Amino acid sequence: METRIMTCIGCPMGCQLTVEVENNQMVSVTGNTCKKGVEYARDEVASPTRMVTSVVRVPGRKAPLCVKTAQAIPKDQIFACLQAVRKAHVNLPVSIGDVVVPNVCNTGIDVIATRNLD
Amino acid sequence: MRQVDVLIIGGGPAGLAAAIAAREAGVENLLILEREESLGGILKQCIHNGFGLQRFGEELTGPEYAQRYIDKAMELALPYQCDTMVLDVTPDRVVTAISPTEGLQQFQAKAIVLAMGCRERPRGALGIPGWRCSGIYSAGTAQRFVNLEGFLPGKEVVILGSGDIGLIMARRMTFEGCKVKACVELMPYSSGLKRNIVQCLDDYGIPLMLNHTVVDVAGRERLEGVTIAQVGENLKPIPGTEQYIPCDTLLLSVGLIPENELSTAAGVELSPATSGPVVDETLATNVPGIFAAGNVLHVHDLVDFVSEESARAGEQAARYALGQTADNGPAIPVENGFGVNGVVPQRVHAGKVDAPIRFMFRPRNVYKAVRICVDFDGQEVLRGKPHMIMAPGEMATLEVEPQLFADHPDVSKITVRLEVRQ
Repeated sequence: METRIMTCIGCPMGCQLTVEVENNQMVSVTGNTCKKGVEYARDEVASPTRMVTSVVRVPGRKAPLCVKTAQAIPKDQIFACLQAVRKAHVNLPVSIGDVVVPNVCNTGIDVIATRNLD
Repeated sequence: MRQVDVLIIGGGPAGLAAAIAAREAGVENLLILEREESLGGILKQCIHNGFGLQRFGEELTGPEYAQRYIDKAMELALPYQCDTMVLDVTPDRVVTAISPTEGLQQFQAKAIVLAMGCRERPRGALGIPGWRCSGIYSAGTAQRFVNLEGFLPGKEVVILGSGDIGLIMARRMTFEGCKVKACVELMPYSSGLKRNIVQCLDDYGIPLMLNHTVVDVAGRERLEGVTIAQVGENLKPIPGTEQYIPCDTLLLSVGLIPENELSTAAGVELSPATSGPVVDETLATNVPGIFAAGNVLHVHDLVDFVSEESARAGEQAARYALGQTADNGPAIPVENGFGVNGVVPQRVHAGKVDAPIRFMFRPRNVYKAVRICVDFDGQEVLRGKPHMIMAPGEMATLEVEPQLFADHPDVSKITVRLEVRQ
């Protein structure tokens, strides 16, 4: 059994949670004030995910193209995702929502443009 | 001199929302003046997500949020002029501006919406000793370099202040391959959102050092390191607690200041609590025909509320310009009660309230088990719902229905206060 300390982000209280973990599953949680803390701890232990936003260089342009993952990706894939974004090649013009990196790191999630660039 | 019915100073989220609302209220002859080369304001460089949850029910990045308003403005064919810096506004609403293509221009406006936003507190406002070496930036400047200009300001970073921009930049610099060594906060609490502390610092093992500050910077040409020290309850450094952190970049995230030089020139009264104009429930300042909204009025946490507030200002400016407003008569003051700082609006025409008023303010401290109450002449007339916690980092709001004012026509003073459960 492993013990993890984390801060709940369900509301501004930011309860300090003490979570008992076994086989990547939550066994118990203490320190929470409400049930949001239980849900947060369970998800955070089993499959933590994050939205990733970054920029891609566009040759010949001063302004880079800003991008995001279309959905949150597994937390342990963040830096691999950033690496893939860095290597991406952009064909102009680009509109908001255009796919810049399809299926990034085999997550099944695309990296998409978040601005228009002619 | 060109005649304009509603002139909007600033083409960020506040100016765009105000202009759209003014057009929808029937004003054809309006103009947005924007000093940068494109519309969108600070949202252009805020590439992270989390915008628009209130307004659109989904989490957008800053540029996406801005584009929705820009698209709407284009659809309505709203006139705007970029690369145009407003130099002066007079009390009778003559606006002087300059641009590379149009030269010096003057406009006579029937109504003006001030939507200039805010700027960051600079190093000079802190009095940090040490050399004036390169490598010291406000967090927003670094954000602009990285996200818009394609430059990285440095490799080894210390962040002073834990405002949201600083936290966001801690993650952003980490994503670009930098080592962020610490986020140093003078106060015993962060002014940033909990979510940002977890997802921008904790996720990447960046320590948040509360009750600490930077007491010295080393380096002649380029920053070489900073000395930090713990502070006592009086916020003064405690001798003997100093430690040196080598770094080439220091980012400052130490507060935002509404940008009101033009307002002052126009004779607009400012509030010492918000550093923004004093306004009534219609967002009108003390100068007839001049309205204010967004971060120039008071620094918001959420752009969604900037849009909402600015749309109201735009609509009211339109009504003024079209001659649809009557003289509201004298207004009564809204006072900051226990735990309340910088309440907006500061004045209310109690007899003329025809729409809900959203009182907004910052709690003075961190309070638990707390609710917002409203007193009319010292008598409690409204108790808000209880909150588990309130903190200076998050704007508190309470909406008051017009009926409450209709029920108390003789009220002479409104107090907004917090009540902490004992």
